[in-house]
Amino acid sequence: MLFGMGILRGLGVTLKNFFASYYKKPEEGGLFTVEYPEKRLPVKERFRNFPFLVYDTTPENMRCVACDICAKECPPKCIYIVRDNDEAGRPLKKPAIFDIDFTVCMNCGICEEVCPFDAIYMDHEFEIADANRLDALLYNLPDLLKPNDYFQKIRPNDAAQVDARRLEAEEKKKAAVAAVKTQAAAKDIKPE
Amino acid sequence: MEKTLQSGDFKEKSFVLRGERDVDTQTLEINVGPQHPSTHGAFRMNILLDGETVVRLKPVMGYLHRNHEQIAENMSYAATMPYTDRLDYFSSMSNNFGYAMCVEKLASIEVPERAEYIRVIMAELTRLVNHVSLIGFLLNDLGAFFTPVVYAFREREKILDIFEEVSGSRMMCNYLRFGGVKTDIGANTLEGIKKIVRAFPAFLEEFETLLTKNEILCMRCQNIGILRPELAVNASITGPMLRASGVNYDLRKVDKYSVYDRFSFKIPLGSRGDVYDRYFVRILEMHESVKILEQALKDIPQGDIINRKMAPFVKAPRNFKPAVGEAYARVEAPKGELGYYIVSDGTAQPWRYHVRAPSLINLTILEDMCLGQKLADAIVILGSVDIVLGEVDH
Repeated sequence: MLFGMGILRGLGVTLKNFFASYYKKPEEGGLFTVEYPEKRLPVKERFRNFPFLVYDTTPENMRCVACDICAKECPPKCIYIVRDNDEAGRPLKKPAIFDIDFTVCMNCGICEEVCPFDAIYMDHEFEIADANRLDALLYNLPDLLKPNDYFQKIRPNDAAQVDARRLEAEEKKKAAVAAVKTQAAAKDIKPE
Repeated sequence: MEKTLQSGDFKEKSFVLRGERDVDTQTLEINVGPQHPSTHGAFRMNILLDGETVVRLKPVMGYLHRNHEQIAENMSYAATMPYTDRLDYFSSMSNNFGYAMCVEKLASIEVPERAEYIRVIMAELTRLVNHVSLIGFLLNDLGAFFTPVVYAFREREKILDIFEEVSGSRMMCNYLRFGGVKTDIGANTLEGIKKIVRAFPAFLEEFETLLTKNEILCMRCQNIGILRPELAVNASITGPMLRASGVNYDLRKVDKYSVYDRFSFKIPLGSRGDVYDRYFVRILEMHESVKILEQALKDIPQGDIINRKMAPFVKAPRNFKPAVGEAYARVEAPKGELGYYIVSDGTAQPWRYHVRAPSLINLTILEDMCLGQKLADAIVILGSVDIVLGEVDH
């Protein structure tokens, strides 16, 4: 091959790509860069960023029962939970403090996998940068709580599965309670 | 006190290119890095120069040390999986693969067939991502600023989109689980992968037209940084580095792990072991990866994606306690043999955990390749080793 032909052919490639970027469609080899703040790509459903807590209907009705499993399993230990007590000092099934330090969190999604109460899920929110480096990314309970509707909006397939599973469990529970009641009623009747 | 080295000290050595000198020069000690764009991360090369010729080179690493092994010894087996992503952050799927294989060997866990196929598909896609970006960075080191790297990143982007769709994250996938994978691949995603695989050879052809026969690339890379096969074997170099020196050793063929024995593919070998061979072996390996992907995508069966016995442990990782014993498992990661060694004492945490990182071991040979070369070539040789500092300093 003539000396210099390799370079010339290479330049041919760049020239071809230069012109192609003007008239070709993105999927055929044209430009597919998205000018980010003005234009955005749709976020994929399984995309995971930072965790949030799900509540049903009102924030007081949160699903989290402060069982501490996510805090124990979290690889970088970025979750801190303190269980709430009532006036008599008995433990309640909800957290008093639920902090997640997003500066430590590494977005692995293990908390969402291990939670037995479907309470914690990975969010799609990623524009949370802040100039304050001390506590702006330390999220407390009120910042973390988001309604189930939001979960359904960002991850429709996963949320539908979770809701179906929860509904089934609820019905089973009701059926079990009803069965126990009828049994008890039957027992009450028999001796007489 | 250490004696200052004079240029005359090297006169007899073969690596001084001009045997006789009419001027007496002094050697110059310089540090390339730790903050230098060509060192691919926080890495320092302490180089002693005679004129422009390298007469001594000391790689200094550890700037990114994160205590990976100790961290893993202090938490459950499953919690280490996201940390393995961060070893070689260009090929997290392969890292997951090696770790999952090691724990599966330790606890004798079977993996369903569909999961094995998904793993192989992901590992080969990772190889494409790694090799294509490595070649881009190598050309950056050569001075071809950003044209090849942007072409490479265009293709990488498409594959990373697939990773995001499947696992939820572009680079830190955390996708494999013991006994299977985290989520199933949908029909749409499979179609997307097929589309990428179909289009990839055309891209490779374009990439090769741009680079392979380019005279500047040939002149800069040929006969530079030659690694003899004997030295490569003795220094336990693995991966494309070893194969570029002409040693036929690929774990996918040697161990036949996972379902690699079902695919027909070749192992490309170099002849001279110079930088150009290392570049070209990677191009050829990508062609072979495409072949594997085509076969895997055609044959992928339906079925479970995780071993039924292991599925509960995803929900409760603390309950997973392998029996007392030890296991070493290795995979052919894009950079070489990636091995994991775990000793279990029967508790939920490994008693000892060790990573055999290919980048670290391939880097030990750097001085032998650089001696007698010019400073600018030392940068290219470092680029051709293919290091990721996350893995070197684990």
